[in-house]
Amino acid sequence: MHIDTHHKIPEMIAYRDRFAMQWKLNMIVGANEQALEAGETFPAGHATRLQCCTVLKTDALRRTLSGEGPRWILDHATGKYVKTVGGEPFTGVIVGARADEEGSRSKERYFSARDKQSEWDIADQPPELWNQFKTDFAPGTHVRVHPLLDWTELNVWEYIGRENIPVVSLYFDQGKGVRYRSLGCGPCTKPVQSTAKTVAEIIVELQSGKFSNIAERSGRDQDKEDGYGLETLRRDGYM
Amino acid sequence: MAVEAGTKSPAAEVRERMNIVVIGHVDHGKSTLIGRLLADTGSLPQGRLALVQEQCRRNAKPFEYAFLLDALKDEQAQGITIDTARCFFKSRRRDYIIIDAPGHMEFLKNMISGAARAEAGLLVIDAKEGVQENSRRHGYLMSLLGIRQIAVCVNKMDLVNFDQRVFEAIRTEYAAFLEQVGIRPLGFLPISAREGDNLVARSDRMPWYQGPAVLEMVDSFAKEAAPTDKPLRLPVQDIYKFTEHGDERRIIAGRIETGTLEVGDEVVFYPSGKHATVTSIEEFNAPPRRRVEAGKSTGVTLSTQLYLRPGELMGKAGEAPPRVSSRLHVTLFWLGRQPMIKGKRYKMKLASLRAPVWLTEITSVLDATNLSTYANRRQIERHDVAECVLETFKPVACDLATGIPQTGRFVIIDNFEIAGGGIILRADEAANTLAQKHVEAREKAWERSAIVPAQRQAKYHQRGTLVVVAGPVGTGKIAFAKALEEHLFQGGRQVYYLGLSNSLLGFGADLKDQFEREEYLRRLGEVSHLFTDAGLILITTVSDLDDDELDVLDTLNRPSDLLIINVGESRFSRRQADLNLDAPINTPLAIERATALLAARHNLP
Repeated sequence: MHIDTHHKIPEMIAYRDRFAMQWKLNMIVGANEQALEAGETFPAGHATRLQCCTVLKTDALRRTLSGEGPRWILDHATGKYVKTVGGEPFTGVIVGARADEEGSRSKERYFSARDKQSEWDIADQPPELWNQFKTDFAPGTHVRVHPLLDWTELNVWEYIGRENIPVVSLYFDQGKGVRYRSLGCGPCTKPVQSTAKTVAEIIVELQSGKFSNIAERSGRDQDKEDGYGLETLRRDGYM
Repeated sequence: MAVEAGTKSPAAEVRERMNIVVIGHVDHGKSTLIGRLLADTGSLPQGRLALVQEQCRRNAKPFEYAFLLDALKDEQAQGITIDTARCFFKSRRRDYIIIDAPGHMEFLKNMISGAARAEAGLLVIDAKEGVQENSRRHGYLMSLLGIRQIAVCVNKMDLVNFDQRVFEAIRTEYAAFLEQVGIRPLGFLPISAREGDNLVARSDRMPWYQGPAVLEMVDSFAKEAAPTDKPLRLPVQDIYKFTEHGDERRIIAGRIETGTLEVGDEVVFYPSGKHATVTSIEEFNAPPRRRVEAGKSTGVTLSTQLYLRPGELMGKAGEAPPRVSSRLHVTLFWLGRQPMIKGKRYKMKLASLRAPVWLTEITSVLDATNLSTYANRRQIERHDVAECVLETFKPVACDLATGIPQTGRFVIIDNFEIAGGGIILRADEAANTLAQKHVEAREKAWERSAIVPAQRQAKYHQRGTLVVVAGPVGTGKIAFAKALEEHLFQGGRQVYYLGLSNSLLGFGADLKDQFEREEYLRRLGEVSHLFTDAGLILITTVSDLDDDELDVLDTLNRPSDLLIINVGESRFSRRQADLNLDAPINTPLAIERATALLAARHNLP
């Protein structure tokens, strides 16, 4: 499932669709249609970055998961997305959030239960010990599973290199001396100065080069808005 | 005196990584210690320090190193760590994940989550406040959690004028305490986290201290080797069956906790005792391998098709077997909002096993803050540490925590939540004690009439009997059971077919179903006792009934008779069916044989 803000960098969408088709994935796309149509967004000038994230990502995610909102499903015969409504709610999602990305993510659990409003009660999280996680849920609970929680950005690239996983070209320098380290919406994501053109070069850069000391999400502007950007979003259900 | 960060290493080399937890009483300076350590070793992301300093300036409050870690709003507002935060830190020697665990009593379960992941710990004590309640509680919990490498930082030495006597007094008091809980700390370090004394380098303000600074201490912690020298323990997580392209492999999947496993090894499953030889070690999208060892998630195929369930423990023939027991003596810490009480069904998760468990005895409850024990407690309260006895209906396979910690510890689920954790001290050999005790108690409480079983037998011309039709799923057991009922009924017997649906008995491989299944079997045992005690013949079907489940049914149904008719492949190894039928069933013949058996065994006229 992908929550599409319709402001994503176009290469990301092309990459998504290429592999969804090639690997015959059951691809579901969610979006906040009303907010996009009404222009209640940061690029349209009618919302702050944080408000924009809230409507286009958090709200869209919540409504797509619950089935209240529409879901666009990839039709492999035509390569087009077909809008559907009234889908069954999902009771859990597996996401790639990592502890090293940002302060609030460093407090996550591997199995994080959310209530019906997707809210995250940080002070009252289940204990996790000895590889035992919260896997018993009252009816109506929604669970976020974070298998990569203790991976670092470097681990991810090492794994991509080892397993030869295809990644979107935006992560590499295309000859202009810049590349993206973290991908999000075009208006709020800036590339970083880097000439890394291969996975191996990215690994060197992260291990000992210029980025060994600079945060991965430093190019993401919504994190900075009130100093607690991502935490505010995540309490309400952002990934 | 910052140490340069980002130690160079070739891209191919994966650096050693270690998890370290920092714990201590609230306000004793854990987050400050970590924040300062990160800042002084240059491990902070560029701009992070400036960002937090800017936030402090905007909110008109003095900057503190702890703010670097206390990332969440509530924490900065209250100045305490609510949850466990991880941060990443590098020394010349290796990479660290440092876990900042909350010191506040209210957040003990968060502290435990943090500490349980650690390979070593730094315990922080405020020099001015001295040893506090949580300093002791945390020390004890570290011991329970199995963390043996601990160093104690006596912090805020600047507030006591770097006085050696203050430091020595705390060291003497706390070392004596740790000794009692079986921890011998690797060192006591006088530090000032805020001022940076004895953090990354020796401070000249405490010339009387000759030991290592914190960074050196942390680098001296030893990395524990993977436990490959212990007996094999592979908790069975699931059994995968692939059917595409005529694939008939049944892959036993799980993570190897200890020991090694090789193709050709003879393996034994506990508690069932079934054994087979390993034919292959399976891995997705990788060349075949002949050997796997502790730490690896893997799958194996066996020489013979065994009927196994998730939760069984795989060991190796010729190596020390695990304990198989239904009565465990444990030390347990309780975190639940509701106290742990006797007579309530809890769920135990031990490696991949999920089993219903009952608290039957509380030997003592320990106040971890001063190590005084209290006998005669009736329940286990939140934050108590208790020595107690847990019992299961079916025996479970486990180890003692002192031998193989990975399969010697467990958590307890109460009302969907992990409410406690514990380690196994001893495991009694006696099996089936809970069901026996239950039957004894039941017999005592049972008010009986003057009519004795012999009178019912004479009147009904039959003995009260439970007939269980067992065997694999899809062998026609239900149709046969109904046909048998009808035949006996027409023949004048007092008989009843109890149709518990398969879904109710949860024969699926799902772990949740496995857990519920035991409870339904227990209920079935109780219900059958009512019928058979009333002198009836009760017929029911249970798919995949195994030895231990049969033991429980048998015990609960006592003193009436039990007859087992197995259809198809037998799931029993220790016990035997009274009558074995082939699937598909030849109904007229099967009914004839079953009736003959009842007649012979139970004197049907």
